[in-house]
Amino acid sequence: MPYVGQAVKRKEDYRFLTGRGAYTDDLTLPGMVHAAFVRSPYAHARIRAIRTEAALKAPGVLAVLTGEDFAREGVKPMPVGWLLPTLKIPPRPVVAKDEVHHVGEIVAVVVAETRAQAEDAALLVEVDYEPLSPAADLRKALAPGAPELHPEAPGNVAFTWEIGDEKAVEEAFAKAHKVVRLSLRQQRLIPNAIEPRASLAAYNPGTGEYTLYTTSQNPHVHRLMHAAFILGIPEPKLRVVAPDVGGAFGSKIFPYPEEAAVLVAARQVGRPVKWAARRTESFLMDAHGRDHETEAEMAFDAEGRVLGLRVRTLANMGAYLSLFAPAIPTYLYGTLLSGQYRIPAIYCHVTGVFTNTTPVDAYRGAGRPEASYILERLMDLAAEEFGVDPADLRRKNFIPKDAFPYATPVALVYDSGNYEEAFQKALELVGYWNLRKEQAELRAKGRYLGIGLSCYIEACGLAPSKVVGQLGAQAGLWESALVRVAPTGKVEVYTGSHSHGQGHETAFSQVVADLLGVSLEDVEIVHGDTGRIPFGMGTYGSRSAPVGLSAVVRAVEKVLDKARRIAAHLLEVAPEDLEYREGRFEVKGVPGKAKGFQEVALQAYLAHNLPEGMEPGLEATAFFDPSNFVFPFGTHVAVVEVFPETGEVKLLRYVAVDDCGPQINPLLVKGQVEGGVVQGIAQALLEEGVYDENGQLLTTSYMEYAMPRAAHIPRIEHGHTVTPSPVNPLGVKGIGEAGTIAAAQAVVNAVMDALRPFGVRHLDMPLTPEKIWRALRDRVPVAAD
Amino acid sequence: MERVAIQVRVNGVEHRHEVEPRTLLVHYLRETLGLTGTHVGCDTSQCGACTVLLDGKAVKSCTLFAVQADGREVLTVEGLSQDGLHPVQEGFREKHGLQCGFCTPGMVMAAYALLQENPNPTEEEVRHYLEGNLCRCTGYQGIVEAVFWAAERMRAAQAAD
Ligand code: FES
Ligand code: FES
Repeated sequence: MPYVGQAVKRKEDYRFLTGRGAYTDDLTLPGMVHAAFVRSPYAHARIRAIRTEAALKAPGVLAVLTGEDFAREGVKPMPVGWLLPTLKIPPRPVVAKDEVHHVGEIVAVVVAETRAQAEDAALLVEVDYEPLSPAADLRKALAPGAPELHPEAPGNVAFTWEIGDEKAVEEAFAKAHKVVRLSLRQQRLIPNAIEPRASLAAYNPGTGEYTLYTTSQNPHVHRLMHAAFILGIPEPKLRVVAPDVGGAFGSKIFPYPEEAAVLVAARQVGRPVKWAARRTESFLMDAHGRDHETEAEMAFDAEGRVLGLRVRTLANMGAYLSLFAPAIPTYLYGTLLSGQYRIPAIYCHVTGVFTNTTPVDAYRGAGRPEASYILERLMDLAAEEFGVDPADLRRKNFIPKDAFPYATPVALVYDSGNYEEAFQKALELVGYWNLRKEQAELRAKGRYLGIGLSCYIEACGLAPSKVVGQLGAQAGLWESALVRVAPTGKVEVYTGSHSHGQGHETAFSQVVADLLGVSLEDVEIVHGDTGRIPFGMGTYGSRSAPVGLSAVVRAVEKVLDKARRIAAHLLEVAPEDLEYREGRFEVKGVPGKAKGFQEVALQAYLAHNLPEGMEPGLEATAFFDPSNFVFPFGTHVAVVEVFPETGEVKLLRYVAVDDCGPQINPLLVKGQVEGGVVQGIAQALLEEGVYDENGQLLTTSYMEYAMPRAAHIPRIEHGHTVTPSPVNPLGVKGIGEAGTIAAAQAVVNAVMDALRPFGVRHLDMPLTPEKIWRALRDRVPVAAD
Repeated sequence: MERVAIQVRVNGVEHRHEVEPRTLLVHYLRETLGLTGTHVGCDTSQCGACTVLLDGKAVKSCTLFAVQADGREVLTVEGLSQDGLHPVQEGFREKHGLQCGFCTPGMVMAAYALLQENPNPTEEEVRHYLEGNLCRCTGYQGIVEAVFWAAERMRAAQAAD
């Protein structure tokens, strides 16, 4: 029975379930010592002086390193990996020397024998700050006369960027029957992988080689950035290993100052140095996500067809540019503004703004949830203004299934889609029209049910490299794979993708086992170590299946091709005369005349009898650069009840219909969707990273930052449709971010639907009971319509 | 810093050590005993990644000092099953109740403690009991299903005895 398509249980689970996983903080090296960081308590300040004497005398302390030391060592600023034409790039030092720009920025590194000693001594480092006035929020940073963060960026503008045809949009609005407007905020979110970031660095003075164990989604990218750009050493001198990684959601894509700091510290003290973040440090230093302010307008004709969309966004970048930060509110956002709809004209303008807050970067979905949220909120508001059901308005505007490949006015060409089918399925699953009746009945009794629709699209597997290069990416976005068959026929697969919970060891094994006709146990997946895998771009943007696995498929095909030639030689037939089935090369039409995969593998290594001129061995490397993105999609529906007396929202049901093409492992798909949906629900109802006007982060622990817990979430009901992608050999699309992209607006639409009788048009996330209660307290419900 | 002698039985094995009074139980388990299955996810007793059983009760080992475990019995995820998987662990595997696996040891220990106290919980009881354990990956659905799967197995095994 083939493995692909089966809900195969995960290979990786045994070690995690028995406590035998090996996460970075679980590792110990001989002679290991510990680092603690001295961090800025100010959002904006000049550093006048740093006194380290007392810390240096503290028990167990081996070194105290400041920005001066890092500058002297020639350590370069943190790199930016996506360039926009107008981008201003102020240097972000590993350790601040002259000025700090956000709370938590590193000012000094203390290394001591134990973690407790390092943390104790960090308290003894005296920093003489001259506080400067901060620009902690978007509006304040842009106001005339605002304090400026960086001389490179006058007016705190990091960049301006636009996409689409402004004039065509103006014309569309000029002839519109109706224009729907919405101002909204996408609140700041903090990723909160439950494993805090951690890094362990070692240096060998004999060879000049460094090893960095770190919490990374893409060890090769970390290696490239730290070696070539920050430390200025040859890449082969740095090995980066990401062992088991405890969740990431984007936050472990980027190189961080702490990683560079422990590498430098390890060389300085001549001992391996470990740092593991306290949760508060994670809140202060992990790249945050979202944080937009947007004005959006949508123009409709008299029949309710969309004519045009205009969006203006201020995107808070934080104090510096994190690695991929410039790409998130631009190419991963503006290009998604067509969603599932046929919109003839779109224009989007984005201003990136520096503020004295933690830098933002990709967080699950990265740009796509922000775009999808705007569209789906506008659709609901428009339906209300037209006096039609939101389901009917959406259906009228879908891109029809025979229109693919479909070119949007904002640069993308959708590979394949069938939006209507997924939509229909979701409505059926939830019992949409019955719910509408129930809603009307309950309203008459003073109970407020709400139904929220979300038709989302995701763009994943960023590609092709040539195109992303034209858009500013400083990297190719292909993936590599090496498939190595051992003489016994056991298979090792080395992939540049790197799992941080997605279950690659299982899903990748399923595909390889099927292609080779071997058992799941015969396939071993190797990832996360630059010392072992050829090269790789890692795991983010739901690229592992469409890009990473495609590279694996290509490498397997090369291996099979060689194996076929060996088998043909041994059987003394032409390669075309062989048929490969269930792990055997059989001569067509001659039952019983065959060579098994194991035997061929052995012969490849014995090399006693190979075709003339053939190299021994059986392995192949492939690099896969897809011809386009893939575009998963679906419809999610949330059903809520809102209690006006308290403002509480009860989530009654959640239906998710997703289409990620053929599913390799439905169990894993379900898991990804559920995890993603809950992150989206939490954005709608709970989560927000909050700064005060001085730039102090007020949410620095789980006591202030509301994370979703088991009791907050209803059972999630699933449905699927299958629309294969034409751009990769398996037809697969990614599913890692779909839930998060879809969920927030499903829930917000549901809540706003429930509040319709009160005449509340829009509330910004998170929809906390207090916010709803405040919005309702002066209002009386109008009679049911 | 002064050190205090403690004697703790961990996963059935007696240990004697001298620890600093400020050493947290989780650090004693991870660093002194090398039992790194118990994880640290926060510093505020909020995430539950460090959940272990102390004399049979689920506790957060980041909230207790090692000295508080003196003379007592600790069960960590490494000790849950001597061979193969305990039904609770098996349930997590069956129902895909884990992704990155970081919250998992704490979840498994909390789920085990729940089923010791209440072998036949309702969904609401399960979700309520797990309030103190954060999982960022699974959205909890698989975890809740895992607990039911395990509960059923454990009840069946009990009935068979
Ligand atoms: S580490 Fe103990 S509760 Fe979070
Ligand atoms: S499985 Fe990753 S936090 Fe729970």
